[in-house]
Amino acid sequence: MIEVKNLHFTYSTGIEALNGINLTIDDGEFLAVMGQNGAGKTTLVKHFNGLLKPTTGEVLVDGISTRELSVAKLARNVGFVFQNPDHQLFSETVEDEIAFALKNFGFEENVIKKQVDWALNLLDIVQYRKTSPFMLSGGERKRVALASILAWDPKVVILDEPTIGQDHQQKEKLQQFILQLNAQKKTVVVVTHDVEFVAECNPRVLVMNEGKILSEGLAEKILTNKELIEQASIVPPQITQIFLELIDLGLPTDVIDVHEATKILLDRLRKNS
Amino acid sequence: MSVFEGFKFRTVTSIIHKLDPRIKFFFVTVLFVMAILFNTLPALIVLFFIPLPFVFLAKVNRQWLRSLRGAVFLAVFIFATNFIIGYFYPNQSTEIVGSVDTLVEYIIILERSTAMTLRFVVLIASFSIFFLTTSPDHLGLALQQSHIPYEFCFAFTTAVRFVPVLADEAQTIMDAQKARGLELERGNFLKRVRNYIPILIPLIVNAIRRSLELAEAMESRAWGASEKRTNLYVLKLKRADYILAAVSVLMLTIAIFIWIYIPIPSLTQLLSL
Repeated sequence: MIEVKNLHFTYSTGIEALNGINLTIDDGEFLAVMGQNGAGKTTLVKHFNGLLKPTTGEVLVDGISTRELSVAKLARNVGFVFQNPDHQLFSETVEDEIAFALKNFGFEENVIKKQVDWALNLLDIVQYRKTSPFMLSGGERKRVALASILAWDPKVVILDEPTIGQDHQQKEKLQQFILQLNAQKKTVVVVTHDVEFVAECNPRVLVMNEGKILSEGLAEKILTNKELIEQASIVPPQITQIFLELIDLGLPTDVIDVHEATKILLDRLRKNS
Repeated sequence: MSVFEGFKFRTVTSIIHKLDPRIKFFFVTVLFVMAILFNTLPALIVLFFIPLPFVFLAKVNRQWLRSLRGAVFLAVFIFATNFIIGYFYPNQSTEIVGSVDTLVEYIIILERSTAMTLRFVVLIASFSIFFLTTSPDHLGLALQQSHIPYEFCFAFTTAVRFVPVLADEAQTIMDAQKARGLELERGNFLKRVRNYIPILIPLIVNAIRRSLELAEAMESRAWGASEKRTNLYVLKLKRADYILAAVSVLMLTIAIFIWIYIPIPSLTQLLSL
């Protein structure tokens, strides 16, 4: 469980990035953090594994203040997948890349081997085991980065902009994968601008604006609240936009799921015919 | 990375920012030459105070102090090297005969090491004023108007322009690797140096990748298509520039005069120890 208590954070440049955040993330929860650029999303999640320490206030991970633990200690439970895989890949082979963190955490040799195999299979990159990560495509590099985090099986997984720069098919796979992680009782925190992605996953949504929490709740409540999301520079999902336009037909305005939308429209057409 | 702070330009306007970069550079070079001319502690202490009014006039005290703080590590290193070398080979740089044994001789070595360190601090202090108060655009313009080929000017301004970008990127990479359990401060000296490999490789790979992209972007915008380039802005000397130029020339003349005719005693000689 991650508890954030009246968190304020000011960068050394004097920029006040977080301004009194209160938040609790339960074990096994799926949370999407949204908001415009500079709203403080990444700054907030960087507190969860101790990369940033609160200026004032407190962040507790499983009851222990992040101030008291090193990033390396916290990272054992809280995995953080950075936005750009090029910021972390450095090894000669994909295999070594994935083993890097496991070695840092002091796992036994045979456990490392087992976990690397497991992660390679999980992300479907077994065939690249001996390839240099620099030779892979963008999507594949992203998967290697993801594998290198999941390999140590952290309880909490934070993903910063996971869908950026991915083609539709990759995105679909990634989405299935993230939902699967959550289904396995992992806490998943996603920082994203991608409304369609959030709409399809339907997690709990946290909307941030200028270092504060603007609102939070289920995706279908938040993403259909036009005033609220406009304030945070978010455009509603396309299906919601259509339904909002068709308000004259008496269609519901809180639809974010395409399948649900189809069902409503079909029911309506059948009734009319 | 804080040593780079002093070389990061911020858009502030002040009398110092408005000065012609060529004159400012001349002034800084005069300070540089003076710091090289004199090697006794009293002279270097005086030199340290000369740029201070500029720092306050330019309102960059905070950034300036930060860059000095960033230089502490190197300063300590320079001090230690000078002290050790002075101790083992005292006859090369001082008038000490034989080996160092009396307290006075220790103080002489100590003073000399301090002077050498202060010389480095003076150099950092004066050059960081130049970079803190001169925009990269202005700098490029100054180089061009000094009849330096445009290719060199461009390479130089680009290098300066990318220092903060690289510093930011290095920070992100460090965070990404720390999130994978890398502990930079752990282990003996050799291990600590090796700890930086996971940071340097992505940094260098990204820098090369970025330079190739930059080259392509420049080619596609017809780099080098016309022989004769014109500029929207042209640098022109104003009264303040002439004053600073005169002050610089005066300082240099006095310094050379003193250097030739008046030997500046060291602190130990002054106190006639």
